[in-house]
Amino acid sequence: MSGARVPAESTLRGALSVKHVAPKLDDAVYERNFADINPRLPETAAVAEASRCLFCYDAPCIKACPTEIDIPSFIKKIVTGNLRGSARTILEANVLGHSCARVCPVEALCEGACVLNQEHKRPVMIGALQRVATDHVLDRGIRVLKAGAPNRRRVALVGAGPASFGCAAELARLGYACRIYEKRTVPGGLNTHGIAAYKMRARDALREVELVRSLGVEIRDGVEVGRQVSVEQLRGESDALFLGIGLGATERLRLPGEDLPGVVDALGFIDRIKNEPFRRVDVGRTVVVIGAGNTSVDAATQAKRLGAENVLVVYRRGPEDVPAYHYEHELAKSDGVTYVYYAAPVRFLGEGALEAIECLRTEVVADGAGRRAVRPVQGSAFHIPCDMAIVAVGQQKAVDWLTRVFPGIALEDGRLKLDGSGRTSLGGVYAGGDCVNGGKEVVNAVAEGKAAARAIDLDLGQPRAEA
Amino acid sequence: MADLSTDCGGIKSPNPFWVASGPPANTAYQVMRAFDAGWGGAVWKTIGEPIVNTSSRYGGVDLGTSRVMGFNNIELISDRPVEDNLREIAEVKKRWPRNAVVASLMVESKREVWHEIVKRAEGAGADGLELNFGCPHGMSERGMGSAVGQVPEYTKLIVSWVKEVARTPVLVKLTPNISDVTYIGAAAAEGGADGISLINTINSIMGIDLDTLAPRPIVDGKSSHGGYCGPAVKPIALNMVSAVAKHPKIGIPISGIGGIATWQDAAEFVLLGASSVQVCTAIMHYGFRIVEDMVDGLANWMDDRGFATLADVRGKSLPRVTDWGELNLNFKVVAEIHREKCIGCHLCYVACEDGAHQSIRLLKTNGATGKVPEIIEEKCVGCNLCMLVCPVPGCITMETVETGRAPMSWRAYQEALGKGIACELPGERHPH
Repeated sequence: MSGARVPAESTLRGALSVKHVAPKLDDAVYERNFADINPRLPETAAVAEASRCLFCYDAPCIKACPTEIDIPSFIKKIVTGNLRGSARTILEANVLGHSCARVCPVEALCEGACVLNQEHKRPVMIGALQRVATDHVLDRGIRVLKAGAPNRRRVALVGAGPASFGCAAELARLGYACRIYEKRTVPGGLNTHGIAAYKMRARDALREVELVRSLGVEIRDGVEVGRQVSVEQLRGESDALFLGIGLGATERLRLPGEDLPGVVDALGFIDRIKNEPFRRVDVGRTVVVIGAGNTSVDAATQAKRLGAENVLVVYRRGPEDVPAYHYEHELAKSDGVTYVYYAAPVRFLGEGALEAIECLRTEVVADGAGRRAVRPVQGSAFHIPCDMAIVAVGQQKAVDWLTRVFPGIALEDGRLKLDGSGRTSLGGVYAGGDCVNGGKEVVNAVAEGKAAARAIDLDLGQPRAEA
Repeated sequence: MADLSTDCGGIKSPNPFWVASGPPANTAYQVMRAFDAGWGGAVWKTIGEPIVNTSSRYGGVDLGTSRVMGFNNIELISDRPVEDNLREIAEVKKRWPRNAVVASLMVESKREVWHEIVKRAEGAGADGLELNFGCPHGMSERGMGSAVGQVPEYTKLIVSWVKEVARTPVLVKLTPNISDVTYIGAAAAEGGADGISLINTINSIMGIDLDTLAPRPIVDGKSSHGGYCGPAVKPIALNMVSAVAKHPKIGIPISGIGGIATWQDAAEFVLLGASSVQVCTAIMHYGFRIVEDMVDGLANWMDDRGFATLADVRGKSLPRVTDWGELNLNFKVVAEIHREKCIGCHLCYVACEDGAHQSIRLLKTNGATGKVPEIIEEKCVGCNLCMLVCPVPGCITMETVETGRAPMSWRAYQEALGKGIACELPGERHPH
């Protein structure tokens, strides 16, 4: 996740060389287009919403949360006006409780499990309430988490994203000294570099980085492990090692013309929107996004919000197969994004820069194993004229880096293989997040980081210093 | 359609809904607005001794997002001159001859002072009088209001003074701030009262402001105990109304007061013996317009149940209010959870486990809701708690179980033992 290699070169070259750049918008329009998609709930509305919570015993929402936040308790505290205590309940379980409040697919997690659904009622807006509580302390700089009494143990963590933050926060609260190494100069992982700006700005992600730092966690950014610092050095200076490196760059399509200016990768495009003024990010008048996952939605909707006139998503299967969450897919459509289903690109065309994409129609057929395979329809080629193509077909696994820096570490399908409690096949090396699960949510990364922290604490056999 | 007209101790009105003596019945303007909206009568805000009110007077208790479940005030009787009030009573009576206008009175405990105010109120055209022996704050410190209503002898004496000159019916309004309200009720009846109004407000402190540490309602950093009312007090009022209604030495009509906000509330008061009902807090919350549904709903309910007149309803539930010692100990209910309605909140489980008799277990299922609660019938004492906390209507019901034993109350059991008749201890024995 955070340790992802950024294909900065190709992205910059491509984006700056779009044949027809969409006209720039007024700054006020950019701000409106990228305003919070779920605006902050006013505190009075929050109390009313929180009052709807039944305070279930053994609540299903808690079980649906990978970090097991005690949701009924934090909601009850909002009702009683104890917002500081509410935030503590959240952040003790999930140090990234604020970004999770913004970006979690709550329909699929806590809110989907809310018992009110069973009564055909609207579930409690758990995500929005979680944001109210965490905003309260982050806005005011109120510190609700405390580091434990130092236990003289040290842990080094690789990659400054959600997995390492989840691990480091848990360890710091137990008294461990944690140092995170981050290759990039701005920490935060996908919260800072990925995720659409209308869900969370980089500045919001950085508030959480500060929260992690406030626990005494040291973050060394701009330092790549295996290059500026060796694994031997890390092992020498620490009692355990945690890998929260995320995934690699966007997969390449390996199609002719893929290196033409105007063909960019989705992650690089999203990163620029998050970390540069909107006006500086060029976007084509007509933009084609390849792939239909959640990252594709982030790329397509933001291209539209930057001023692209036409945004199309080319997807080789049908609408019912779209891998993005339903609400994300709906958002793209309501933003005016056009889906071209049952089509696959075969080459990028253009003189000096992208001018069109040649596609083939596809059909989905049942293969022998019962899966539905995609087959191109011969002779169905057609062209989509465009100025910009954004490739969003998933991220590469960090296999190269792992095999180079940790020779012999056990992998499975390009992902780190764990024992189920956060331990890799190498003694003293733990892992969590996208490099293990292949790419899930922020909340999963935090949960896996926490689990690894508990394994580390167990393995180091440190008699607990009372906090 | 059911006939809602009523006669409460000789005071007649087209329906039983009266505006209670309080801020909504402070002026002719308000009372006429009330009658326009459909109220059958009004008890004027108490007139009598000159007073001055505090600024900041009311306090509220909220429940979740519901405002004013309970309400209190430290306001005193009318702060308007007696002559203004009497002139306006006359004006209202001229325009609304069929609606009941009752003058609420409170003056110094002197015979001639009471004689004078009674004559003046009746001279203005009031259909009846209500003696305010209930105001719990301020006036009581001056020897009036509840200072009278807490002493049976004073109550009886002043009622008898009033009856010496009164030509219209006299209601006595009782305070609940007393150990047994029937003592005062009986004293009022002995003094010659034509009816009893109850309850007045309950002594209360509404809360403390946790920023300033001042009690509410705050008057320049301090407060005083005030009169509590609103929906929260209704059960207390129902109990006192039934106690007065059943008391053999009282036997005069009752005007029920205390937390009435809907036609259902009104029906309950009538079922326990009230001839009219008085409403104040609900009007202060929502305005006079609430009476439309009160009249409509009560009439519809009476039609549905086959009650032609209010007299048919009055006191119908009184025989069912009994001493605990008369209750059938061989009657048994157990909870039944209707699983198809269960949403899986498990509030019934934790309530029973921590707050009652550990009679619910959680069973694992393969369904979407995970575990489902199940009643352990042999341990269930039939307390109702699970049904009360369940958020889904009809999901938990209490089902009667045949015990195979004849009805037996504690009193009957004691009597049998006293007569030397061998009989089994009634009730169920539960494993713990």
